[in-house]
Amino acid sequence: MSTTTEAPPTPSPPPPRQSRRAGAGRLAAALVTPTMLVLALVVAYPVLAAFRLAFYQKKDGIDPETGLLEQGETFVGLENFTDMLVGDAGDRFRNALFNTTSFTVVAVSIEVVLGVLMALVMHRAFKGRALVRAAILVPWAVPTAIAGLLWRWIFQADGVVNKVLDLETPILWTTDGFQAWVAVVIADTWKTAPFIGLLVLAGLQVISNEVYEAAKLDGASPWKTFWAITLPLVKPTLLVAVLFRILDTLRMFDLPFTLIGPGKDATDTITVIAYEEAVKFGKYGPASAYSVFLFLYVAVVAFVFVKLLGADVLGTRAGKKGR
Amino acid sequence: MSTTLDPTPQEVSTSPAAAKDRAWWWWLPYAGIGLIVLYCLSPFYWMLVSSLRRTNDIFADSPVPTPFSIENYTAAFADNNGFLRALLNSFLVAGITTVLVLLIGTLTAYALARLDFRGKNVVLGIVMITSMFPTISLLVPLLELFSSIGWINTYQAMIVPSMSFALPLAVWNLTTFFRQMPTELEEAAQIDGCTPAQAFRKVILPLAAPGVFTTAIITFIAAWNEFIIALSVVNEKGLKTAPVIISQFTGEYGRDTPFGAQMAAGVIVTIPLVILVLLFQRRIVAGLTAGGVK
Repeated sequence: MSTTTEAPPTPSPPPPRQSRRAGAGRLAAALVTPTMLVLALVVAYPVLAAFRLAFYQKKDGIDPETGLLEQGETFVGLENFTDMLVGDAGDRFRNALFNTTSFTVVAVSIEVVLGVLMALVMHRAFKGRALVRAAILVPWAVPTAIAGLLWRWIFQADGVVNKVLDLETPILWTTDGFQAWVAVVIADTWKTAPFIGLLVLAGLQVISNEVYEAAKLDGASPWKTFWAITLPLVKPTLLVAVLFRILDTLRMFDLPFTLIGPGKDATDTITVIAYEEAVKFGKYGPASAYSVFLFLYVAVVAFVFVKLLGADVLGTRAGKKGR
Repeated sequence: MSTTLDPTPQEVSTSPAAAKDRAWWWWLPYAGIGLIVLYCLSPFYWMLVSSLRRTNDIFADSPVPTPFSIENYTAAFADNNGFLRALLNSFLVAGITTVLVLLIGTLTAYALARLDFRGKNVVLGIVMITSMFPTISLLVPLLELFSSIGWINTYQAMIVPSMSFALPLAVWNLTTFFRQMPTELEEAAQIDGCTPAQAFRKVILPLAAPGVFTTAIITFIAAWNEFIIALSVVNEKGLKTAPVIISQFTGEYGRDTPFGAQMAAGVIVTIPLVILVLLFQRRIVAGLTAGGVK
């Protein structure tokens, strides 16, 4: 954490260095301030405001004195949270929490396995690498909302998936139920597994060939080489990629919204129900309670990843060793 | 081909078992490559093919549209959809976001990569952490704020929240690019009498142009693809962005979804990105992986 680790290995004589450092410090402050200000405005302020809003509700009664609709909001304590967990909105919220979690666990697991496989294949093949790299960026470049519409089209009752499956009764993928959940997982996997492959490939490329040659000389099988050498060496890259994918999937919105649509038990995520509360019903209090919960959920997962699994998000450890 | 796969030919002759082992699966990586390309491109191809069918045979399953038709494209651009205007809106929102973020982000990234100052890791940490925040947590309070200050149905209501994800992305990418440039550059500039600020402006910035350009592409794509913010803060048709408008296309007869027009519009929204990706794939990959691999 201390800044001294960033210092160049050859120490320069103290007096000029200090003055230069002071000058650099002032310059750095001037350069960093705009970004910090913008982030304070568009990130820090809204997050704090969400925490406040979560304890309020819009007044919807009639003022007994004037007989007019009441304006403004009242402090309701933990009511939004108790509603969300055990009250009226409890079923819907717990369902959304379950969907958010199950999407994340299942989709990210599949994506990691596929992504690592793709990376291994790309690392092996020398011909056609440019082609595959271009192809792999296409799912990444397609806007997620458009990808949702594309998969909605593919999963139509008389769409191409049902034609290929050729069942007696076509599956109604995009209505609701488990099949809708599966459709979202498939679409998400299509969109992001190649991206994980790309990141893992970059991690594979920095492993030196000598390590593999040594393993070969020792008579290690390809399987053994993968588990004992490749995987441990790409682990730092993979952990960061997985962390980012998990955080991204926890806030999933576009795919369930455009592929299935809001208000479906099987695919509503926390972000979908928070969006509906806020935009459709104008209930900022409950919507904030949902989003505060999601925020804390994301924070806990990120914390666990960084502290327990040692995901090196800032790259400081690798930086010290590598450069 | 065999030479690239077997860098040590003498080893092959000494261990025939290994050679035989390699012989039967040498084609596997190539089959794998084929599978990956198929996996990535076939859904996109289906969007393209469907968009080029006639509205009447939209449910056909031939791999090539017969006969070819641009009916769906005409339908997508029909006046009642407002698609052309939406494209312009998307361009404005994503373009302005990208420019703003690059202006601010380049300065900060330079400081983070090259200057030695107190609290650098704190700043890096803040930039990283803010990019992890769920958009909805920011959006709900901003929505309340925007409705009270009359920002609903404005461009700035889409641009300002978009900076919450675009700025960390840009700062992170640019920091990696600046770090890769040799320190000798500034040292030489300072020996020649440049202040750190001059060194940045006259030496570093021109040389960092490719990195800035790549970051611009990545940021633009991220802003162009943004959905939930634009969906929430704008309900006036003339201000909606392309992804929002496409998802709200309505059919001629009320409830049926006009899939043909949606696919055509989807192709139009995606093709510029695909062309960017094809042209700059090397740089984009370098930029994207810079965030994950250090």
